Order: sequence, then structure tokens, then C-alpha cells
Amino acid sequence: MKISPSKLISLLFFVFSGYYLYTAYQIQVFAFDENAPFNAKTFPIYLGFAGLFFSALYVILPETNPTDVDLKVLDYKKTIGLVILMILYGLTILRAGYFLSTSIFLVTSYIILGERKWIWIFILSFPFVAIFMYLLHGLLNIYLRDPFLKYLGIMG
Amino acid sequence: MIEGILIGLQTALSFKNLMMVMIGCFAGTIIGMLPGLGPMTAIALMIPITYGFDPSTGLILMAGVYYGAVFGGSTSSILINAPGVPGTVATSFDGYPMAQQGKAGKALAIAAYSSFAGGTISAIFLLIAAPSLSLISLSFRSPDYFGLMILGLTAVAAFSSKGNFLKAMMMVVLGLMLASVGQDTLSDIPRFTFNNMNLSDGISFVLVVMATFAMTEALTLIFKAKDPTKAAKQISLSQLGSIKLDKTETKKMVTTIPRSSVLGFIVGVLPGAGATIASFLAYGMERNFVNDEEKQKFGKGSVNGIAAPETANNAACSGSFVPLLTLGIPGSGTTAVMLGALLGFGIQPGPRLYQTNPEIFWSVIMSMYIGMVVLLILNLPLIPYIARVLATPRTFLIPLILFFSLTGVYLMSFNNFDIYLMIGIAVVATVLRLYDFPMPPLILAFVLGGLMEENLRRSLLISDGSWTFLWDRPLTLIIMLTIIFIVGWQIYRSFFKKKHY
Repeated sequence: MKISPSKLISLLFFVFSGYYLYTAYQIQVFAFDENAPFNAKTFPIYLGFAGLFFSALYVILPETNPTDVDLKVLDYKKTIGLVILMILYGLTILRAGYFLSTSIFLVTSYIILGERKWIWIFILSFPFVAIFMYLLHGLLNIYLRDPFLKYLGIMG
Repeated sequence: MIEGILIGLQTALSFKNLMMVMIGCFAGTIIGMLPGLGPMTAIALMIPITYGFDPSTGLILMAGVYYGAVFGGSTSSILINAPGVPGTVATSFDGYPMAQQGKAGKALAIAAYSSFAGGTISAIFLLIAAPSLSLISLSFRSPDYFGLMILGLTAVAAFSSKGNFLKAMMMVVLGLMLASVGQDTLSDIPRFTFNNMNLSDGISFVLVVMATFAMTEALTLIFKAKDPTKAAKQISLSQLGSIKLDKTETKKMVTTIPRSSVLGFIVGVLPGAGATIASFLAYGMERNFVNDEEKQKFGKGSVNGIAAPETANNAACSGSFVPLLTLGIPGSGTTAVMLGALLGFGIQPGPRLYQTNPEIFWSVIMSMYIGMVVLLILNLPLIPYIARVLATPRTFLIPLILFFSLTGVYLMSFNNFDIYLMIGIAVVATVLRLYDFPMPPLILAFVLGGLMEENLRRSLLISDGSWTFLWDRPLTLIIMLTIIFIVGWQIYRSFFKKKHY
């Protein structure tokens, strides 16, 4: 039996809703609130049932408007590359600081996407981030912790 | 009311706020022009910046971005037949053919004048309708609000799902589920936090908006980069032509604009409808109104064909502010984003906003009008230059969108957990979007989740756990019957369509 991707997603949502509902029932409410008409778990329980209802309906009913996606034309390599790069950015931002990690993130992502105009790559990374940081500090008074710039003695 | 208008004008005309309208319109035009990036993304990108301002200034900036993005969307529709926003799809039907005839400047001018006129007329309607509706909505009680929120969610699901109502309803439920993460507002009991301190305050609204719109948009652009149907079109900026209109063209617009404005405003007020439906309805209505000779020109560069949808989509933008400002219930994805921003400022929109924060209420309305003037005076002559943004290579554009999204979320919390959460949500949302699971219902549900639970809690506690509150009051009963009709109709339509295969 062949199942369409949309139905597969709905099936996953059905499982997710089931898990959500199970977790909703596990929410610990105060003893005096246990039999109240409404407590902390009432709304999540309704939501869990609603999720089960709509996803089950989609799985059971015939598809009227199936979505056709040509998976062969999708660019998995670059997309996954950028997702990994964003995760690495998350890993480095607290250690290396905003300026360095963001500039390197931009340079790498331009290169991943195939850009080779090095002057523009440079302008739209290090100087661009520096100007952006200056705007945040100077105009909006938003402080960005940056160990790298602190080490260089540029930022306090 | 006069006093309120004067307060609003005073606030909106301060130097700082005037600058914000200009910056907002300009930034919105540029972002809206880029295919795929609509007003919702534009506003979402602005939210972290607005938190540095006072509420009026922040909202004025966002209103400017909203109008600018709608105007920018029509520019890319006309120049490269790639609507930046869904609300300007109908504009491309006649705008692009006119541009192909070497009259792109004229098409852009028609769009700008129509947008201005539609926005102006609807701003006057808003001025009259909002205070009156505020007074009426004071009689609304918790069950009515709860019903109205469900109505808003089902209506948005029905209109944004492209015939796939169940997919949209799943997104509504997912949005409400995401909103339920964090401590319960009344008892402070943690829910779905899995003992993670980062989740105890719930998931940030900015994070969800950035992940489901800006970041998803960027990832989709890379994902579908090889898709031949999505190939970017290039424009010849030297062939824009004159922006001057002759008498006949002006005459045609004069008849089209009033009726499209009224239609656009009414559609905009309705929950879920918004600019896209307004523009299509106006285009269809206009085709029925004109004579046979003019009818033949539709689809080939008709003046009425550009003026009608452009007037209606701008009028609908103003209309969509009515339920937001008076009931505190957004009628569209874009106004839902604005509601989230308002809540971030600690302001609860609703019938009392008119009395408690008149300067915010009126300055937003006034700044809308100023935004229209700015768009006409500043943006129209600058179009040949602004249009160069369309030539920005995607290799630079996509990383910059990701940069603004990541920075926006980092600035909110200064931790990397939110960055990981955002990436996770963005990846899931990209897959969902690929298979036509719409995102606006999700964001609307996420914003309304807390308010919905609060009103359901009050209703159930007052009625001692009985669900009779859903039909006890005539108003609630009417709202519930409308919801049943929408849900029933959508499910019936799904079955009916299938029988004809």
C-alpha cells in the first residue's frame, strides 16, 4: 500500500497528538484543583483530542487536493549544509562571541550557496556585522556579550 | 473622537515617528518586493528592533512596514510576474502584461495611486468604524470572545488552506499546542517543559514567527533553487517607461477605486479573509462591472485590472486592523504578528484600548494615513532605484535573511537554546510548507492560544463546568452556528469534490 507524504505527515501528527495527550494527562495539578471545572491540564487535553481528531480524519478521508512535489529537483545538499551551519553557529556564539561567529557564519553560508565574489563576501560579513553591532549598541542600547572583542580590548 | 484624532496626529507627526513611518515604508517596500517575503516576514524581522522603542513608535514602524510590504509586493508582481505577497497575485494578471508592453512605469503608477486611494478611503472607514465597534464590543463576554477566537481560527484555516481545510486545522491545533508550553498562567504549574528551565516561560512569539516565516522562507528558497518553475526572472530596469497617466486612464481609475475600496475594507474586517481574497474579489467584480470592450482587455494590461486589486488589497489592510484594535482578535496572520508584538509591549488590545491608551490607538490609525502619503511621495519616484533590489543574488539574500532571523531571536534571550529550537521549528515548518500545510493558521493559533484558554477557563468556571455557555447567549449561539457552518461546509466540499474524480 502506498501512502502519500501528506497522509504520512498527518499520521506522524496523529502519533504526536497521542503523545501530547499522554503528557497532558501527566501534568501534576494541585490537589484542590483536581476536580475543578478547569485546571492546568484541561485545555491541553482538549487540544490532544482535537489533534487526534483532525489528523485521523485526514488519514481516513480520501485526498481531494493532493500535493505533488518533485523530490528530484530539491537541493538537499545546500539546505542540510546551511542547517548544520546554523547549529554550529548556535554552538559557537556564546564562546566566540557575536561578532566572530556571525561573520564566519555569513562568509561560510555565502560560500555554501556558491558565491565567489570575494570582495562582496567580505563587505557583507565582517564590516557589515560590525556596523550592525554599532547600530545595536549606539542607537538601540542593546548590549551584546562578546568575549572575542573583549579580548581585543574593543568592547567592555 | 476629535480629541483622540488630535492626540493621534500629534504623536504620529512627531519627528521620530515620522522617521519611523518613512523607514518602515521604505524597508517594507524592499522586503515585500523580494518574492516569497511578505508583510508577515517583514514585520517579524522588525519586532526585535521595535522593542527598543515606546509602543506607539514601535507600532507605527510596523504599520509602515506592513503598507510598504504590500506596495513592494505589487512592484515585483508588475516587473517580474513574481508576486512578493499573495495579496498582489491579482495585480500581476494585468500589471505584468502592461510591463511587457514597455509601460511598466505606468503600471507601477496605477498601482501606487490605487493603493494610496484605497488606503486613504479605508483609513477614513477605520476612523469611523473602530470607535463605534469598540463601544459595541464592551458588551462581549468571555464565551463570546472564546467563540470569536474559534471563529477567527476556523475562518483563517478555511481561507488559507487552498482547499485543504483539514491540513489547516492541524496547523491550528499545532499552534495552540506550541502556545501551551510553559507555566500555566493561573497556577504556575509547568506544562510540557520536560524540566528544561528555558521552556518555563513558554516559547517566544518572535522565535515562532521567525522560524515559521523568515527562516522557512529562506530554507524553501534554497530547497527549491533547482526547481525550473521557480526560476528567477530578470527585468530590464531601463525599460520602465513614463509614470504619467493620461485622462482616459485616470477616468477609468476614478470609477474603479471607490467600489473596490468599499469591498476591500469589508473583506478585510472579516476574520480570515484579508488582502488576498479582497484583491481577487475586486478583480472579479471589476470584470463584471466594465463594458464588453474593456472586458476584452482584462489579462492583457487593463487599467481597471490593476487598479481594482491594488485598491482592494490596501483597503483590506486597514480593514484587518478593525478586529485587532477593537476586539483584540486578529483577523489575519499579519495582524496576529502585530498582536504578538503589542502583547510584547505589555499592551492588551481590545475595546478598552481606545480609552486606556488613546495615543496608541489613534496614532496607529493616523500613521496609516501618513504611511500612504509617504508611499506615494517617496516610493513612487524611487521605484526605478528600489527595483534594483530584485537583482540581489540569492546567494547573498538567503544568508542575510537567516542572519536577521538568528540575531532577532538571540537578542531576545541571549542563549543558544532558542537558536536550536528555532532551527528545529524551521526545519519542520519547511517540510510542512512543502506539502501545503499553511503557516498563517499556526501563527494565529499560537498568538491566540493563551487568550483562548483564559476565556474558556472563565466561561467554564462561571457555568460551573457546563458547556451550555456556548448557546446560552444569542450572540455566542450565532458565533457557534457560524463556526459549525464553516467546518461543515469545508468538510462537505472535500467530499463533494472527490465524487467528481
